[in-house]
Amino acid sequence: MHTYVLRRMVASVPTLFGVTVLIFVAMRVIPGDPISLITSEGGMNYALSDEEINAVRHSLGFDRPYHEQYLSWIGDVLSGELGRSFWRQEPIRDQILRRAPITAEIGLMAILLSWIIGLPIGILSAVKRNAWPDYVSRVFVIFFVAVPAFWVGLLIVLAEVLIFNWRPSLTIIYLWEDPWRNLQMTLGPAVVLGLGVAALTARMARSATLEVLHEDYVRTARAKGLREKLVIVRHVLRNALLPVVTISGLALGGLLGGSVAVERAFGVPGLGQLLVMGFGERDWMLIQNLVLLYGVVFTIINLLIDLTYALLDPRIGYS
Amino acid sequence: MDIAAADERITWPQKVETKTPRAQGLGRFVRSSPLGTIAAIGLIGLIVVALFADQFAPFDPLVSDYGVSRSPPTVAHPFGADQLGRDTLSRIIHGARVSLFVALVSVLLGDSVGLVWGIASGFLGGRFDLVSQRVLDTLLSFPGLILAMLLLVGLGAGLQTVIIAIAVTRIPLATRVIRSVVLGVRNLAFVEAARGLGSSNLRIMALHILPQCVAPFLVIVSANIGVAITTEAALSFLGIGVPPPTPTWGNMLGGVLAESFKPPWWLVVYPGVFLTATVLAANLFGDAMRDFLDPKLRGVT
Repeated sequence: MHTYVLRRMVASVPTLFGVTVLIFVAMRVIPGDPISLITSEGGMNYALSDEEINAVRHSLGFDRPYHEQYLSWIGDVLSGELGRSFWRQEPIRDQILRRAPITAEIGLMAILLSWIIGLPIGILSAVKRNAWPDYVSRVFVIFFVAVPAFWVGLLIVLAEVLIFNWRPSLTIIYLWEDPWRNLQMTLGPAVVLGLGVAALTARMARSATLEVLHEDYVRTARAKGLREKLVIVRHVLRNALLPVVTISGLALGGLLGGSVAVERAFGVPGLGQLLVMGFGERDWMLIQNLVLLYGVVFTIINLLIDLTYALLDPRIGYS
Repeated sequence: MDIAAADERITWPQKVETKTPRAQGLGRFVRSSPLGTIAAIGLIGLIVVALFADQFAPFDPLVSDYGVSRSPPTVAHPFGADQLGRDTLSRIIHGARVSLFVALVSVLLGDSVGLVWGIASGFLGGRFDLVSQRVLDTLLSFPGLILAMLLLVGLGAGLQTVIIAIAVTRIPLATRVIRSVVLGVRNLAFVEAARGLGSSNLRIMALHILPQCVAPFLVIVSANIGVAITTEAALSFLGIGVPPPTPTWGNMLGGVLAESFKPPWWLVVYPGVFLTATVLAANLFGDAMRDFLDPKLRGVT
């Protein structure tokens, strides 16, 4: 088991290297460089002389060869020094640290909700196959897989405005400062995102449970007179959970990406809003580091999923 | 004995007058999934409306009429009008054109790359496969929407760039699925036979492997359309997709909440209803296609 954990962790190193290269190429090589783009499109406001442009490029290090720029960026990332954004004085690291707790809180609550809602629905749907609980839960799944989470978010905000004449706070309030007002801000996005992932979880749990229900050991368990509830809990559940774990990587990727749009819909001051802001302001340094953060977090999530899978299923991972 | 004489003695099966195989397939599809059929009819209807948007839309989607600015739904403007007095229904109809065009083209583009790459990677194996897998790992390390955003930074906003960005997000999974299909058939007898007859790798891939991948390819394409529509809507909603004034369902939803404390409800509700209904239909159609063509892929797509 230990060797598997180690091997799997080592295997994600080249992936992370690829992630940094892809980001760097997308940010630097394709569009020429940010300064010329900013000055060329800004017109009057940003019109700089060639000397000024060169001075700015030099101060930001854009006149150095690409491999030097890349290495210095990686060095910055590894030392935790992410530099400054183009327009704001606050270091990028501080901006990220200030907003990360909000996004992380929303994400964790959404995952928790997706399990609490998705697993029972999926299992119930399989056990009561072709009866009304199954139909209800299949409609739930089909609807929430399709409906874009950010639109549900917009509808919730709209309803709050029209009914209560109230909109959630736009400033950062941490859970440990004022739990009640923090939850007013984070609960909506968490529920909206959680329902989408819950639908995917329920769908997978249903088909996995259906498959397990036909296994010989389930028939044996029933034949020896075990109560149906125990059959489900002891024999079916455990084996049905495995496939659910495998798809959770895809589902959580959807959650991570979807959270950007949902944060925007609710106006929550999280990392997603920061990323969108970076786009609006063409703030290359900010985007580059934020996208890397999303990539690293998603890679770690996938790593954890693989390890969980190995932990749950003793058959794999030792070779 | 010559061939003509042999031909005489064999009773060839009479060609039975029947429907063409294609029509039979259609009939089987309708019977196997009534829900998928309804979804397909809905999608075709939407495509027709989108193609003839100029005829169906009662107003020009780009022309402002400040007299009806922020008008709630009326007889003339059944879905109301936006801040600039543009008719919401007309903008939704023209938005359908962008949504469907972007989704269909990007999915076909991305999945075709995945088809070719998956066949090459699975069939050739070796170092090419190894490197391909690492590249795909990298692409899969980003959530789809984030990857599309990253590419749009480099490519700049616009219709073509949005299509390319969404297409790239569709490549990795398509490649993986096709590759696994190829790995399943590459050592079967008919491939061995072709190799024994001296066929080149290219010929084997094109004539013997490719046909095996058609059904999974169609399944992937139909499963991806809903995802592509959602991604385009999210990008446009965030203001980094198809730029205004071109109406898309996503960018119609974009500025609404920021624009005022009490946003007009019809600007939030109607574009989203069309967006959701379309994704719903695309997903139902995708599921039906999967069950019809290749039930083994259940869970993969």
